[in-house]
Amino acid sequence: MSDDVQRFLARLNERNAQRLSSQGAEPTWIAARRQAGAARFEALGFPTRRVEAWKYTDVRAIARGDFALATDADFSQASAAALTLPLEAYRLTFVDGVFSAALSQIDDLPKGVQLLPLSRALAENHEAVGGPLGRLTGVDFSPFSALNTAFMEEGAVVRLAPGTRVDKPILLQFLSRANETPVMSHPRVLVEAGDRSEATIIEHHVGEEAAANFTNSVEEIILGRGTILTHYKLQELPLSDLQVSSIQVEQGRDSRFTSFNINLGGALVRTDLVSDLNGEGAEANFNGLFYGQGRQHVDNHTLVNHNAPHTFSKENYKGILDDRAHGVFNGKVIVKRDSQKIEGFQSNANLLLSDRAEIDAKPELEIYADDVKCSHGSTTGQLDEEAVFVLRTRGIDKQTARGLLTLAFAGEVMEQVELDAVSERIELAVAGKLPERFNLAGLVETAMALGDE
Amino acid sequence: MLEVKDLHVTAEGIEILKGLSLTVKPGEVHAIMGPNGAGKSTLSAVIAGKDGYEVTAGSITFEGRDVLEMEKEERAQAGMLLGFQYPVEIPGVKNVYLLKAALNAQRAAHGEDDIPAPEFMKLIKERLAQMKMDASFLQRAVNEGFSGGEKKRNEILQILVLQPKLAMLDEIDSGLDIDAMRVVADGINSLRAEDRSILLVTHYQRLLDFVVPDKVHVLVDGRIAKSGDAELARELEARGYEWVQEESAA
Repeated sequence: MSDDVQRFLARLNERNAQRLSSQGAEPTWIAARRQAGAARFEALGFPTRRVEAWKYTDVRAIARGDFALATDADFSQASAAALTLPLEAYRLTFVDGVFSAALSQIDDLPKGVQLLPLSRALAENHEAVGGPLGRLTGVDFSPFSALNTAFMEEGAVVRLAPGTRVDKPILLQFLSRANETPVMSHPRVLVEAGDRSEATIIEHHVGEEAAANFTNSVEEIILGRGTILTHYKLQELPLSDLQVSSIQVEQGRDSRFTSFNINLGGALVRTDLVSDLNGEGAEANFNGLFYGQGRQHVDNHTLVNHNAPHTFSKENYKGILDDRAHGVFNGKVIVKRDSQKIEGFQSNANLLLSDRAEIDAKPELEIYADDVKCSHGSTTGQLDEEAVFVLRTRGIDKQTARGLLTLAFAGEVMEQVELDAVSERIELAVAGKLPERFNLAGLVETAMALGDE
Repeated sequence: MLEVKDLHVTAEGIEILKGLSLTVKPGEVHAIMGPNGAGKSTLSAVIAGKDGYEVTAGSITFEGRDVLEMEKEERAQAGMLLGFQYPVEIPGVKNVYLLKAALNAQRAAHGEDDIPAPEFMKLIKERLAQMKMDASFLQRAVNEGFSGGEKKRNEILQILVLQPKLAMLDEIDSGLDIDAMRVVADGINSLRAEDRSILLVTHYQRLLDFVVPDKVHVLVDGRIAKSGDAELARELEARGYEWVQEESAA
């Protein structure tokens, strides 16, 4: 077995011993899961590129790292305020994986809404957590889910009573600090949204510029009948951060899940998004945008399982890659044998801004039913040089013209975002990657002012 | 203002302009007419800097500057603007972004600050009204889903906002019904000024009933075969181009 795996397991043993001496023994189910996770991780090791699901993503930057575990959640209010999304929300904040009560706002939760850190949920009623947790994402899903299960301590639990309509977005904020020694965290998020409940959950990953930490999160989302959930993963991590995250969703009858998976930062980022459409009428909408520069590596693996008839999925992923950035899009739709009358549409478009940027795009359809409507397509191209020319004939320099067109390319995904604070943030972040001279903020404000009249 | 001397241009190995000379003075409106394939569009395309054309001989100067040495955006910033025959759709780029970025680029080139938002909005609204365009155009992507007439009006709108010293309009009249033609012609006429020149490229005389040119040139086989005043355009309308072709061949 490799030294890398041993190093992570040694950290785990250290942590377990520490916890035992400070907090006493854990409930047996947790200890058993940890053990199972550790054993699975030990058996699998870090994935290599020989494994199909990791063919295009080299995780050695993670495997070779020596990450400590954070012990406090100190973070200045001022810098947190500068990083946070400017919107009214119920807010849980984690600093390098550790819950920060000071930066959270969960006092005024409406009736029917539970939002609490995982540690507190376990302390209050660990059995209520133990039932659903791990049901969607087991230790077999990937070596990283096994690792997460071995280490899990903190995260968020969201429970919505049937019929609850949450008036404000729920914001799960993950802050990454510029530590002397890089740290790792293994957040675990559990969402149980009861029948006919309605909510927006935003996972926001952001941090201090010089941070170089590793986050390995697992999120399980269970939607009841008729539940409507909009989920954002807005990842704007510092450029040296490493992140692996899996989001798995189970959808009941007539439920609607809309995902925005926006990856703008990080050195190495892998996201797995899976939805099981288990009840008739269930609908999944996957929107994705990624923008890589320098040597950033962004990998998105999505999977929709049409497990029931009359289910719908729609996917639109857009990637922008510059410099020597590398993107991966693997989108899979599986239609089970008796899942008739389903609709599954998938599209992926990538824009390469440099000759050395690279995209590996792999749309996959596996259909075992005969009465379905499915389509998929993936395109990769460069900026439209004719459009660049037209803009230049209006006096706009080449860099700005390319910037405008790049922004326009991303626009299709941003337009779907219903929360202004989020869409503006994305637009500004995308624009921020463009040449400095391009004063997008002024343009956006002008456009909005005109729109208001 | 604009001085074209003995211009020879080839595209894909074929010589299109074969020694074209033209002088446009400030305040003048020139119309370049000619049969299809004579090279009418090539001149304005070369001045604007479109790729795919090779200037093998001759020169183009604008206010004393060598145009062929200037970047495409510099030409626009210096005041040369081309209204396209076939305006290109630019999905996702809102008109308002294009207009503001273009205007600020021009101002920056002249050492001026960005236009303040209220001033910009006032300007835009006036110009929109002038072109009988709805404010919703601004939020729409450049030319995306526009009708032929809307696209042409949008070209004029850009020119009205940017107020170039030399406006070149390539077949701006094609595909316009009479009402749209009037709006477009009014827009062009409003640009007429002592310090501004307009170069109209057109196949038909129709537009010239509305925008009366000071000079009319007939382009035949890559050269200006005949020049005259507005009367020449009417003669061409009545007699066609053949007599000029024959005259020039003789």
